[in-house]
Amino acid sequence: MKTTLKLAALALAFCLPLSAQAHRGWMLPSATVLSGNDPWVTVDAAISNDLFYFEHFPMQLTNLVVTGPDGATAKVENQATGRYRSTFDVHLTEPGTYKAAVVNAGLFANYKEGGKNKRWRGTAETFAKEVPANAEGLVVTQSAGRVEVFFTAGKPSDTALKITGNGLELAPITHPNDLVSGSTASFRFMLDGKPAPDLEVEIVPGGVRYRDKLGDTKTKTDADGKFSIKWPEPGMYWIEASIKDNKTSLPAAKERRATYAATFEVLPE
Amino acid sequence: MRVLIPVAMTGLLVGQAQAADMTVKVEIPRLSVAEYHRPYVAIWVEGPDQKVANLAVWYEMKQKDGEGTKWLKDMRQWWRRSGRELTMPVDGISGATRAAGEHRLAFTEGSGPLPKLPAGQYQLVVEAAREVGGRELLRVPFQWPPKAAETLKVQGEHELGAVALDLKP
Repeated sequence: MKTTLKLAALALAFCLPLSAQAHRGWMLPSATVLSGNDPWVTVDAAISNDLFYFEHFPMQLTNLVVTGPDGATAKVENQATGRYRSTFDVHLTEPGTYKAAVVNAGLFANYKEGGKNKRWRGTAETFAKEVPANAEGLVVTQSAGRVEVFFTAGKPSDTALKITGNGLELAPITHPNDLVSGSTASFRFMLDGKPAPDLEVEIVPGGVRYRDKLGDTKTKTDADGKFSIKWPEPGMYWIEASIKDNKTSLPAAKERRATYAATFEVLPE
Repeated sequence: MRVLIPVAMTGLLVGQAQAADMTVKVEIPRLSVAEYHRPYVAIWVEGPDQKVANLAVWYEMKQKDGEGTKWLKDMRQWWRRSGRELTMPVDGISGATRAAGEHRLAFTEGSGPLPKLPAGQYQLVVEAAREVGGRELLRVPFQWPPKAAETLKVQGEHELGAVALDLKP
C-alpha cells in the first residue's frame, strides 16, 4: 500500500512538468512566400500561452538549424534574444524552400535523495555524472522536441523538407508554403522515419487576442500517419502533436516523449 | 416597544426611498479541456452615463508578488470601463477565482459595493476571461428601483452559464 502511494505521488510529481501548462513553443516568420531578387525573412521565436504573442519567455536558439533549398545548412544572421522573444534573419540567397528547425533533446529524472524528491534535467553525458545510478525511485524520461517553420523564395522545392528519421517529424504531402484558405492540405507524421498512426494533432489559429473563442481544432492521423486540414480562413496556424513510448536511446530512460510543432501560413484564395 | 413602532412607521412612510435588494447568480460552466484554469470574472452595474459600480472581481489573488494581476486586462471591457483605474485588490469587491457551479451574491442598495442608484435604466454586466481559454460578456438590462420583485435571466454560451438577476423593492 505504502509503495503504491509513493509510486502514485511520484507519477504525479513527474507528470506535472510535462502537462501542467500549455506553454507553446513557436516560430513566427515575417513571410513564408517571397519573390524579388534579394529576399530576407525575419523569424521571431518564443514560448507563450497565446499565439502568436511574445508574452512569456524567449525560445533558446542554441539548437537552431536552417536548411537551405540545396539541403545544406544556411546562414543565420542577426540572432538575438530579448526578454520575451528571440529573433533571427535568413537571407534567401538561393531560390526554393528553406526550413528552420529548433531541435531539443534532453533527459529528465525524478528520484529520492535522503527522503527528498529530486528533479534533474540534462543530457546523456551529464546523466552518469550527476545522477546516482542507484538512486531511490529513479524515473528517467527522454524528451525530443522539434519546432519548425518553412519559407520559400520563388518556386517551392522539396529538398529541405526531407526528414531525418529521428523523433517525431512532419513529412508534407501538400507543400507547407502552398497553403490556401478554403482548400485542404495533407501531411504525414513520422516517428523515427515510420508513419505515426492514430496520433492526435492540435491545430490552433493565431490572433486569439482579437477573438472571444480559441478556435482550436483536433484531428487524428490515419493508419498511414496521414491527416488533412481544411483551412477555414487565411492566417498563421500552429500545429502540434506529441507521443509517448518506450523507444529510448538511453537504457536508464524507460519512457520517451517526442513532440513536434510547426507554424503554417495560409494565404487568401 | 416604543422604539420599534416609530421605526416601522418610518419604513411605511418613506416606502419609496427604501433600500432595494439585488441578488446576482452567476454560473461558471464545467468545461472539459486539457488545461483548465478558473476564469477571471468581473461583475458590475453600468448606468446610462456608463458610470460603473463594481460588485465583484474574481481573480488569482494568491500568487506571489501579485502576479495574478497580469491577466486582469483580459476582461477587456471591464478593464477599459474601470479596471485600469483601480489598484487591486479592492476591499469588498475583489475575491479569489471560483470553481465551476452557481455562485450567489446578495447586495443591498447603499451598503457594501452597491451604492444608492438614482432611478433609471441600468445594466448588470458579467465578463469572464480564462487563461488559455476564451472570453464572454453578458448584459442584463434592468429598471431601478424595481417596482415589483422580478427575476431577469440571460444564458451564456461558452465561458459563462446562466446569469440571473433577482430584484426586490
